Amino acid sequence: MAGDEETPPLLILHHLPNFKLSIFPLLRSKYTVLDPLDDPPHPSFHPLSKAARLMLCTGPTPVTAAVLDAYPALECIVGSSAGVNHFDLDACRRRRLRITCAGDSFSDDVADYAVGLAIDVLRRVSAADRFVRAGSWPVMREYGLGSKVSGKRVGIVGLGSIGSRVAKRFESFGCTIAYTSTKQKPNIPYTFHANAALLASNADILVVCCALTDETRHLINVDVMAALGKSGIIVNVGRGALVDEKALVEMLVKGEIGGAGLDVFEREPHVPRELFALDNVVLSPHHAVLTPESMGAIDDLILANIEAFFSNQPLRAEVQLDQFDS
Amino acid sequence: MENVGVMMTTPMSAYLEQQLQQRFTLFKLWESSHSLADSVKAVVGDTKIGADSKLIDSLPRLEIVSTYSVGVDKIDLEKCRDRGIRVTNTPDVLTEDVSDLAIGLALATLRKICACHAFLTTGSWKNGDFQLTTKFSGKSIGILGLGRIGSAIAKRAEAFGCTISYHSRTKRQTTNYRYYSNAVDLAANCQILFVACSLTNETRHIVNREVISALGPQGVLVNIGRGALVDEHELVSALCEGRLGGAGLDVFENEPHVPEPLLELENVVLLPHVGTDTVETSMTMADLVVANLECHFLRKPLLTPVI
Repeated sequence: MAGDEETPPLLILHHLPNFKLSIFPLLRSKYTVLDPLDDPPHPSFHPLSKAARLMLCTGPTPVTAAVLDAYPALECIVGSSAGVNHFDLDACRRRRLRITCAGDSFSDDVADYAVGLAIDVLRRVSAADRFVRAGSWPVMREYGLGSKVSGKRVGIVGLGSIGSRVAKRFESFGCTIAYTSTKQKPNIPYTFHANAALLASNADILVVCCALTDETRHLINVDVMAALGKSGIIVNVGRGALVDEKALVEMLVKGEIGGAGLDVFEREPHVPRELFALDNVVLSPHHAVLTPESMGAIDDLILANIEAFFSNQPLRAEVQLDQFDS
Repeated sequence: MENVGVMMTTPMSAYLEQQLQQRFTLFKLWESSHSLADSVKAVVGDTKIGADSKLIDSLPRLEIVSTYSVGVDKIDLEKCRDRGIRVTNTPDVLTEDVSDLAIGLALATLRKICACHAFLTTGSWKNGDFQLTTKFSGKSIGILGLGRIGSAIAKRAEAFGCTISYHSRTKRQTTNYRYYSNAVDLAANCQILFVACSLTNETRHIVNREVISALGPQGVLVNIGRGALVDEHELVSALCEGRLGGAGLDVFENEPHVPEPLLELENVVLLPHVGTDTVETSMTMADLVVANLECHFLRKPLLTPVI
């Protein structure tokens, strides 16, 4: 059912203005692409969009109930993010939509980045680099001491595709690994804690890499951060809203937690300025996934899933919507 | 042992100073006058000032040099051997810190973590994302010197799915890593080259123009060994001309001076020789220095002798 002989299959493109994927031209050559932001719009956009069965949603473009209402024939959405927090999942469930996400496409790079941020915070890599570039080394002679990474206790919030890779990397540093998750996982050699506060009270490095849902919003709150304590650090490569950012800033400024490596924020690209002056804080512009390999992998996955959908083949990286039940 | 004279060569650690002061009569080279030379039986040096020929000659009662480092390149070992002076260092206790930092440097250099931070704090994120950076996982790693530190780097890199090859004076029989008989071939066959060997007369400038060319415009050099292992002049011009992809450097030929052209580059990370500078390890190293000295003056076997 790839479409009739004359018309290539219909594909709705749901994206933010100025956001382009390198595969957009290829998609336009293979499919009848319906992009509501096209200027001028496709002459038959309105009737065709009502018949379209597949949508490609790129970036964190919100998929609301209103968006879904505009496309009554929709059966499947191919997403390009690791997360699905920008989807109205209740609305998707009501419509019995199938959703695919990035799957493992970014996981290695994000896990690498989480480890890189942790080492940077503990060993003051960025701060010491700034010290050298400012010409301070000949003047001050010594930079100062950081904190050892090897052997520290790592607590992972969300032991999924990214979290499991973070664990494997830190294990090679002789770190002990513990985690929290919605459910304890079978056959996992790491210690399970029932909640984030318990995990944090037993961790020196808290790595946040779980999905953002209604339940996990501000999961890392004042209590969790207090449990982590003065010598503990937080690394967030998940979503900004997983952490109570206002509380985090306050605790960092007061020295009530030991440091933070942050790739995501609650209102990107806005980042609290109070963090800029702190040498034990490393800030990053949602960069963890931005390598040619990850971008190539997501392009390939998107193309494969679109093709698979129209050929009635199995989809990859399909999201199990019931795991997000409230 | 309170009457035993111990001389520290530089203010390397307040904790070590305090520990030495409690047990011995401590002299500080940066404060003392020459008349105390006859009292000095031990020298505690570091990576900045060790025990060179001149210093050893000026201390007629010198029995032991206990360095606050694993590297002994700042110690005139031949002279020590001739005079029967013992030498100890601080191996093993700092292996993890240095190898941790090596991986941290590689990640910071490839993923431009420091540059991303600056991009964000200078307000550039509002105008668009930072450019794509280079993936670390799965890359081919070359290690120059598969000793304690080199092996620890390899173990960590393997957890990132990297393949490991190495060059060493001798091929190791106990490893499956691929061996290359020279540094150029190693560099030609890896994407990230870690310099982890000790500095000797033979290894000076082992990373020369040829090795740097072999590593190439996509290659990255990480040096946590000694600055003089790399021909710094060649390194700087290769980086500035794009003949080398990037470098993560904790050590330099003429510390604390870093070549000016490097200060402007985004594809380098520059650290002020902090490989072992953690609260935990600096204390452990200091304890080992003190323990070695105590063993010597109590006529017990040295814990970590070099000579």
